[in-house]
Amino acid sequence: MSFSAYRAAPTAGHVSGGRKIMMLLAHIRVAVALLTILMALTVSAPTFAQQLNPDGTPNPDASEVNERTLLKEYPRIEGWISIPNETASVLMQPVGRSWDFYHEVLLHWAALAVILGMLLILAIFYLAVGPLRTSAGRSGIRVLRFTTFERFSHWLTATSFVVLAVTGLNITFGKRVLLPLIGPDAFSLVAQYAKFVHDYVSFAFVLGLVLIVSMWMKDNIPRKIDLIWLKEGGGFIPGKHPTAGRFNVGEKLVFWLALGGGVAVAVSGYLLMFPFYVTNIAGMQVAQVVHSVVAVLFVALILGHIYIGTLGMKGAFEAMGTGSVDLNWAKEHHGKWLEDEIAKGRVSQQAASVAPAE
Amino acid sequence: MARMKFLCDAERCIDCNACVTACKNEHDVPWGINRRRVITLNDGKPGERSVSMACMHCTDAPCAAVCPVSCFYTTADAVVLHSKDLCIGCGYCFYACPFGAPQYPRIGNFGSRGKMDKCTYCAGGPEPDGTMIQYEKYGNDRLVEGKLPLCAEMCSTKSLLAGDGDIIAQIYKERVVKRGFGSGAWGWMTAYHQGIAV
Repeated sequence: MSFSAYRAAPTAGHVSGGRKIMMLLAHIRVAVALLTILMALTVSAPTFAQQLNPDGTPNPDASEVNERTLLKEYPRIEGWISIPNETASVLMQPVGRSWDFYHEVLLHWAALAVILGMLLILAIFYLAVGPLRTSAGRSGIRVLRFTTFERFSHWLTATSFVVLAVTGLNITFGKRVLLPLIGPDAFSLVAQYAKFVHDYVSFAFVLGLVLIVSMWMKDNIPRKIDLIWLKEGGGFIPGKHPTAGRFNVGEKLVFWLALGGGVAVAVSGYLLMFPFYVTNIAGMQVAQVVHSVVAVLFVALILGHIYIGTLGMKGAFEAMGTGSVDLNWAKEHHGKWLEDEIAKGRVSQQAASVAPAE
Repeated sequence: MARMKFLCDAERCIDCNACVTACKNEHDVPWGINRRRVITLNDGKPGERSVSMACMHCTDAPCAAVCPVSCFYTTADAVVLHSKDLCIGCGYCFYACPFGAPQYPRIGNFGSRGKMDKCTYCAGGPEPDGTMIQYEKYGNDRLVEGKLPLCAEMCSTKSLLAGDGDIIAQIYKERVVKRGFGSGAWGWMTAYHQGIAV
């Protein structure tokens, strides 16, 4: 963490000097020590001067630590404590109140705005544009798009994400939404189990993410074809179908954002799951902020992903649902990918014979 | 009703940890949990000061605000208490607390830190007064018997003061005026949004 905290320094260790130590090193050490003492004297000179009251009597107050001065310079005050618990040596961290403000005000409103805003945008888009259709209609010929294992990995990640999102949102919004409905006792029980579920399902999510990334990384590397896709309006214009490889720019964006967001929530999440193992109080607060901000944006991203995969585009869900897509759908949305599949001989004879007739 | 507060006069604290011991003994606080602790600043250097710290029973308590299950409540004496039945051990109150007051029986165990424990201002918890279940979960309720928190009551130098905020502020003010110096009421600005002007 970049935060430095006021910490009462331990008393300086004594310098040991053997008789047969190399003379040169000894000289250097003496010189450094002298310089340090000299600097210390120069720096602390005004402090010594102030240790007398104006009337010449000693002022026992002069060199003492003062809360207000310390808090002006440091985000928290740390000292020495006799118990072997380093977290307990923090005397004060008024930043806690700022974290409270973030958690209770900023996060609540921002998360509400981002998630409801996304739903609103999708609703408007659906009403204005409607589902994107396959212009040529259905051919009745199926082309394999995702293998069983690919679909397993996707749904492992997807279901665990939904579970994590719901149980996570419960930590932030549960007391505003669910608590008034079911009462404190029932809500605490739900929240307790939700927290356990959130902790354990995270491993399934990470596993799914690792599988997805290892399988689809190479198909998600940005290519020249993506520029053309973007120039032609990215398939969001009804009736227009720019060609794309296995994944188009939108899917690639979801992939890379899911990878980045997934790593961010996983790292910050495990820091929260193992509190104070690797970081201090400031680190824990930062981890929670990162975890919640990324998670809320992630939820918004996945809402968009769910929309285009179900309501937003006819014939898209089948790809991840059954594993295969209609030939015409493949031709219109992933023309380049279909060509490659045919060239590799992975497409059935029937499909291959129809496809070039475009 | 009084507005209960703690005040540690750092000029008087001698780091004897009697307040810590008194608290542990009075409430049978388990091993590893410290409802009160003493921290020494500038240890062994000029200007060394020790401050005894526990839950300050804040105005607008941040722990209560961030609690995802709203298990905190404030008594008529402005003492901040919580229900261990509702607590889910998420640890958020510790991130929000400016004074490191919340304690947990376990340090990790997959983020399940057990029911939070903290200073009750010797005022027990939501269970009925004088019951064994109250004592086991929260410790003795001295306030209901008309007694102040034991840590402050048995402070040998009367550094740690507990009681109505106005009264203990007045005592501290008189001390500062008489002896001519004082490092201020530690934590008051953060906890109560007001210091003690002398």
